[in-house]
Amino acid sequence: MSAEAEEKAGVFDCRDTFAATLAEMAATDERICAVVNDSVGSTKLKAFSVRYPKRFVNVGIAEQNMVGASAGLANGGMIPFCCGASCFLTARSMEQVKVDLGYAKNNVKLCGMSSGMAYGELGPTHHSIEDLAWTRVIPNLMVVVPADPIETRTAMLWARDHVGPVFLRISRMPVPKILPEDFVFEPGKAIALRPGNDVALLANGILVSRALEAAGLLHAQGIEARVLNMSSMAPIDRAAVVAAAKETRGIVTIEEASVYGGLGGAVAEIVADEHPTRVKRLGVPGVFAPTGSVKFLLEHFGLTAQGIQSAALELLRTVAAG
Amino acid sequence: MNTTPVEEVHATQNQLRKAARTVRKHALEMVHHSRLGHPGGDLSCTDILVTLYLAVMRIDPRNPTQPDRDRFIMSKGHCSAALYATLAAATILEAAELKTFMDPLSKLNGHPDRNKVAGVEANTGPLGHGLPIAAGCALAAKMQGSSWRTFVLAGDGELQEGSNWEAAMCAAQYKLDNLVLIVDRNRIQQGDFTESIINMNPLGDKWRAFGWSVVEVDGHDYGQLLHSLGSVPVAPGKPTCVIANTIKGRGVSFMENKPEWHHGVPSDRQLAAAIQELMKDEA
Repeated sequence: MSAEAEEKAGVFDCRDTFAATLAEMAATDERICAVVNDSVGSTKLKAFSVRYPKRFVNVGIAEQNMVGASAGLANGGMIPFCCGASCFLTARSMEQVKVDLGYAKNNVKLCGMSSGMAYGELGPTHHSIEDLAWTRVIPNLMVVVPADPIETRTAMLWARDHVGPVFLRISRMPVPKILPEDFVFEPGKAIALRPGNDVALLANGILVSRALEAAGLLHAQGIEARVLNMSSMAPIDRAAVVAAAKETRGIVTIEEASVYGGLGGAVAEIVADEHPTRVKRLGVPGVFAPTGSVKFLLEHFGLTAQGIQSAALELLRTVAAG
Repeated sequence: MNTTPVEEVHATQNQLRKAARTVRKHALEMVHHSRLGHPGGDLSCTDILVTLYLAVMRIDPRNPTQPDRDRFIMSKGHCSAALYATLAAATILEAAELKTFMDPLSKLNGHPDRNKVAGVEANTGPLGHGLPIAAGCALAAKMQGSSWRTFVLAGDGELQEGSNWEAAMCAAQYKLDNLVLIVDRNRIQQGDFTESIINMNPLGDKWRAFGWSVVEVDGHDYGQLLHSLGSVPVAPGKPTCVIANTIKGRGVSFMENKPEWHHGVPSDRQLAAAIQELMKDEA
């Protein structure tokens, strides 16, 4: 779908916002530069590369060097946005992410593009469902999963101003706008999108809009679901998770990622520590996905409004059965 | 004072020789103190480090984070004792700190941490990290039109890490003639002689093939080190690789060219003998 067609349909590819915001920031801040791994098209940075050729570094297909060189650019006073398909950016350069960024606290903004199962039919080699588990355990590394174009832009502006490493997980699948135009991202803060005390739906990224849709379906059945956008994965809003555990009958976590180690893992850790409650983790359940489009795969793993609704109902039945 | 260039170099060489003796002594004392470390590599790279810090690099010891300083990236981070001792020789680090090497809560970790020690530019230890970081530093200087230079010291065994060759291609593509890689070519890695594990030869040809200027020097000859490091870039538009042929364990006869001293720890008696040998020429 073209950008115009998407807009007409009311959905937006966050990469368009990403590219526009990076160019906007570069216009007023000479420290902003982009580093890519031959991923000019998939990061939508062609226009940036033409407008700011001196501040555009294409290291070729070489992710270890991409992250290491970004650390060096930061050492030299630049603010590099290091962009590549999330599957390669994280897996191929994990030690550089840990040491050169997290441990060394270099001011690099890692931008994992087309994350989750965006590359659908290309298969598990190109899926990035492990990145949240890998990145959120690295000290000093802030991990942010924007839910829509508005949050993508405000999270990028925040990332520019935050001195330290950030991992921004940018999706490819078009999503509707959820947040108000004047929304401002704050790290470590869950965003309450809908009140409710029967069950809590905690989601991030492209699945936040589906969680909201599921809450609408549950409302029609007389069940009030609290919906939290957990875009800030690290730091995570522990208080909001504990409140959800205390004030509702159970929590469903929803992410386009493995159920191990990501949002579901983080929420399970917090409630186990502070207020044990029933948690149902929706995501990819410890398997490599079968062949299929991202649309098919999200349905396959129950990551649809109906799938989330069913999981919430099942959770409430389990709790009621004691 | 009027001095000819020859006398100036000679004087500098004497200062370097004296500083290197102290750095080697300190490094061995530190490894002996902590019962951990990599003395063989500390001793092979000492002359390179003191030449860089005391005669080549533009860095203000009172303000070692000044934005336009020359950068030095110690890619072979396991030789942290030599790095810390050199930083002390350059008065960037308090010499008294050296006695805390690897102690609980010391700033002087086994592998250097730039957030703890002023003058350390990169957190290294896992190998193959330094050259990509150094390439990024050199790119930053180019983007800003600044004249500061970036030096990076890598071990020869370390070049078995593929990340170095990713950075090598990138540095040539971006014509980073403000970047200088020095290879501590001591021919020994942790397990054995490099050529018994993965043959590095012909090492110079590898770098030339990747688009770099290559200079081979005796890594313990201050004249050759000063000349090569003081005359970079060798060719405009090309990064420079200085292959410094060194002897692992240099300066302590029973440690020289022996793989077991990669991370061997000297006994009390060995430390005393080593220091006596190192300091015998101290005037």
